Amino acid sequence: MVTFIPLYAFSRKVPVYESFVEGAKDGFGTAIAIIPHLVGMLVAISVFRASGALDFLMGFVSPLVQSLGIPAEVLPLGLLRPLTGTGSLAYTTDLIRVHGPDSLIGMIASTIQGSTDTTLYVLTVYFGAVGIRNGRYALKVGLFSDVVGFIAAIAVCLLVFG
Amino acid sequence: MLNGIWLGMILIGFVFAAVNGRMNEFTAAVFDGAKSGVTVSFGLISVLVFWLGIMRIAEDADLLKKISRVLGPVVSFLFPDVPKGHPAIGYILSNMSANLLGLGNAATPMGIKAMQELQTLNPDKETATPAMCTLLALNTASITLIPATLIAIRLNYGSADPAAIVGTTLAATAVATLAAIAADRLCRRLTLLRRPPGPPPAIRAGTASATGSATLPHSSVKG
Repeated sequence: MVTFIPLYAFSRKVPVYESFVEGAKDGFGTAIAIIPHLVGMLVAISVFRASGALDFLMGFVSPLVQSLGIPAEVLPLGLLRPLTGTGSLAYTTDLIRVHGPDSLIGMIASTIQGSTDTTLYVLTVYFGAVGIRNGRYALKVGLFSDVVGFIAAIAVCLLVFG
Repeated sequence: MLNGIWLGMILIGFVFAAVNGRMNEFTAAVFDGAKSGVTVSFGLISVLVFWLGIMRIAEDADLLKKISRVLGPVVSFLFPDVPKGHPAIGYILSNMSANLLGLGNAATPMGIKAMQELQTLNPDKETATPAMCTLLALNTASITLIPATLIAIRLNYGSADPAAIVGTTLAATAVATLAAIAADRLCRRLTLLRRPPGPPPAIRAGTASATGSATLPHSSVKG
């Protein structure tokens, strides 16, 4: 992509360098516009985690899940994944380190991590960039697909590696 | 709903910190979060500047129009209220292809650009249009660069088959994406039904779809 696009454009007599600079000008402003949105979101997430609220929630859910043959260790990912990309990646890395990459836990964690994107981050960045305040049902839809993806990831792994 | 979740997380965090005697951690977490917000944004600058530059070249070479013609039917099914040939279509397509190819950091600038183009079609600049919601739904369920990152991590910890997760990841992603599209369609229908007949989308529809309790839907995982 990086080479094909400029080459093709050049063959069509586009002043590639001028075009590039013109487009690149938008990039900086967009990134700066996102800062307040991201700061607001990441503060809420990091506070929620550091206060122990996340662990408390997990304590509720894990006995239920254990009975289904699902390793409880992967549960926090279900909550972390939609909220924080780096946080959930760190958690996944830790699970792989402790249980081994080829363990069922390692497989499930990798699959969950790879199968959806960080909903809250995407929403914050995309809507923040254009100043949308009322996202209507976008958050609901995103979180719903996260739940479905989470369940699908576990189910597929139990089928294939279980 | 976003307001509720945001406030809820901070309040719940505060209460838990008070009960668990973690007030110091709570204060530290506030500044940590703020710091990473700025760091992440700055990390985005280089990516955004570069890809938007490349995309401008593609635009000036009429590449986006060409791609749109080929993949148009898919996009016009997903985005019925975006006029054919509108610049947004090209960016939506680039965003989708970048996601499919796992170029997560190329997908973000295209997605933002697509949002900005969709905003030009939006009569109410502060409320998302159905098309914007669809674009978000596609992106939240999408594969990102992570499989590459994950394969590297798995390799690092001595996996016998680092790429073993590619198949399972694809399956889970496909399911999540289909769920997102279906849910998005359903919500779109519901908002249409709630609206008195009149001009097309983006009138402040029944706020029932925009507000809600701040309960995380993960409670539904229980069954």
